[in-house]
Amino acid sequence: MKFERKDILGLQDLSTEEIKLVLDTAEPMKEILAREIKKVPTLRGRSVVTLFYEPSTRTRTSFELAAKYLSADTASISVATSSVQKGESLRDTAKTIEVMGADTIIIRHSVSGAPHFLARMVNARVINAGDGAHEHPTQALLDMFTIREKKGRLAGLKVAILGDITHSRVARSNIWGLTKMGAEVRVVGPPTLMPPFIQDLGVKAFYRCEEGLENVDVINVLRVQLERQQKGLFPSIREYTRLFGLDETKLRYAKPDVLVLHPGPVNRGIEISPEIQDGPHSAINEQVTNGVAVRMALLYLLMSGGEVHEIAS
Amino acid sequence: MKLLLKGGFVVDPVKATALQLDVLVEGGKITALAPQIEAPAAETISVDECFICPGFVDMHCHLREPGEEFKETVLTGTRAAGRGGFTAVVCMGNTKPPADNRAVIEFIKRQAGVAPVPVYPVGCATKGRKGEELAEIGDLVEAGVVALSDDGNSIMNSEVLRRVLEYSRMFDLLVISHCEDQNLSLNGVMHEGFMSTLLGFRGIPRAAEEIHVARDLLLAEMTGARLHIAHVSSAGSVQLIREAKRRGIRVTAEVTPHHLCLTDEAVQTFDTNTKVNPPLRTRHDIEALCEGLRDGTIDVIATDHAPHSVEEKDVEYNYAPFGISGLETAVPLMWEHLVARGVLEPVQLVQKMAFNPAQILGLPERVIEVGREANLTVIDPRLKLPVRVKDFVSLGKNSPFNGWELRGWSVLTVVGGKIVMRQGME
Repeated sequence: MKFERKDILGLQDLSTEEIKLVLDTAEPMKEILAREIKKVPTLRGRSVVTLFYEPSTRTRTSFELAAKYLSADTASISVATSSVQKGESLRDTAKTIEVMGADTIIIRHSVSGAPHFLARMVNARVINAGDGAHEHPTQALLDMFTIREKKGRLAGLKVAILGDITHSRVARSNIWGLTKMGAEVRVVGPPTLMPPFIQDLGVKAFYRCEEGLENVDVINVLRVQLERQQKGLFPSIREYTRLFGLDETKLRYAKPDVLVLHPGPVNRGIEISPEIQDGPHSAINEQVTNGVAVRMALLYLLMSGGEVHEIAS
Repeated sequence: MKLLLKGGFVVDPVKATALQLDVLVEGGKITALAPQIEAPAAETISVDECFICPGFVDMHCHLREPGEEFKETVLTGTRAAGRGGFTAVVCMGNTKPPADNRAVIEFIKRQAGVAPVPVYPVGCATKGRKGEELAEIGDLVEAGVVALSDDGNSIMNSEVLRRVLEYSRMFDLLVISHCEDQNLSLNGVMHEGFMSTLLGFRGIPRAAEEIHVARDLLLAEMTGARLHIAHVSSAGSVQLIREAKRRGIRVTAEVTPHHLCLTDEAVQTFDTNTKVNPPLRTRHDIEALCEGLRDGTIDVIATDHAPHSVEEKDVEYNYAPFGISGLETAVPLMWEHLVARGVLEPVQLVQKMAFNPAQILGLPERVIEVGREANLTVIDPRLKLPVRVKDFVSLGKNSPFNGWELRGWSVLTVVGGKIVMRQGME
């Protein structure tokens, strides 16, 4: 199968076949990560630029390592140290990066649609590393990869996404991806963090953990964005943790072999208790490793000319 | 100069007729109206199968002068109005500085001295449009404002709005209300609904508008003042206004072409030209707005022409300003979407875009009769053209309609007997 997209902007418009191809391609990539010398020459001579308008450690590092393991040259621009601070627009920044010869631009931005805006402006390939509360496709792909790895399948699983659904791009991309792959998706959280008409995305909404987590195979816990707390969307961190923090009691509603995921960074003891975060159900650390593999797969599929052939060994 | 328009249907918004009549214009006035007029000395324009309408009045536009001349000036805005088929415009007071004092109003009127289309300014209701203290309304009236509004802002303090409405009664002056509870709409960039959930944008719920519509109607009832609700966007607002009219409250209302032609689904493109306030809503709201137009709940179609520079709109969605450059597309949009689809008869469109706005504002009545000033808008229902923003004479090229094929363009605009636009010649 040929992977013919110019950009990866979200999972809304990715087909089931394309998602499966990315996940399948990530498997040999993960093997490369297990080697002593984690480098293949596949993307030698190609360049990848990360352009991050929001602070991020794990996603950016994950992309940079993925590119380096495939032998691409990388550069990173973060807003705090760039000419954006001098008032340069996204349009001008993007054009500058492009004329420097970037083949792929990876963008994170606090505004929904910023990667789409960028993709229209430049000939370089664009990968969305998170835009506002819209999509975070690579996070969802690595979540799905982890679930498939642990459970052997995606179709037929019951997956609960727990927490602040309204402000979560992780939730939206997971919903698109998982429902396309045949999983049943539930969203669980207080009504003030649940956007209107969420059910129209093909999910069930629950306001109580007892019901929402009942008999689920996977719980994907979202980060509580502490800055939102000041906007009065819930009364206190204490109350949130009591009602929606994943602890031993709430975990019992789920299947005994439930898999617990979290996109990180974790607010320890708030949205998830330390026992569960570091316990046997948790795959939080493996998600990070899988993130590199999935991003290697995406860069490979996008930048190797569309042809999927044997990955250099 | 004599002008003879031959072969068109003359629309009479009072008698609700459209009769085939020739129209002779001399000395800026209409001097003859008959099935066949011969005037060899007159410039004769054949307008076969076109509708000759009383001149359209846009009662809600932003000309950006003084202060933001890079977006629009009184001159460029009125040229855009003429090109779009309008023979008069009413400009809002959210200029920089705001039109809350005589000096700014006089400045606008002076700039309008060379404009091709008459300009009627709206004065701010409160000082600095802050919604705290009454502007010097008496002075504004003497300077020539036709209405009061803090448009762009809602007057959040109900007590202040009460006093604005009471004070305006002294002059029987219209108060135009921008209805938005700014606590509910804070940081919102689009309609709150399924699309905002899908796109991850902060939404502006219908209730943000409807709460203030309800409040303003109650205050209008209490004070007996003349209230006009600007840019109605939601089905609930239409219903509130309908009930208020039944109760005898002195209220009128307007809707914009973009709220009648686009839904929030247009935001999926992330095109910042779809970012407007109030936001584009849903098909359900459009149907209610159309019903409101048909049953008389909504009196006026106004553009809310809000020109912005390319640099301001060519940014990430959240950072773009609200607004559409609307003067040059309003007529064909409304013809294509309302008249051609049978929502309104041509005569009703003329009522909404010419007769009613003039009457609400106390401007010279828009009818075509012998002795009247010759303000005319001629529409060719057969003319089908694409919208091309690059051809706009407005400095604001911010239109989500670029490339749309539309029928029913205005082909001739006559102001005070003078041709200000003629298709292919403007």
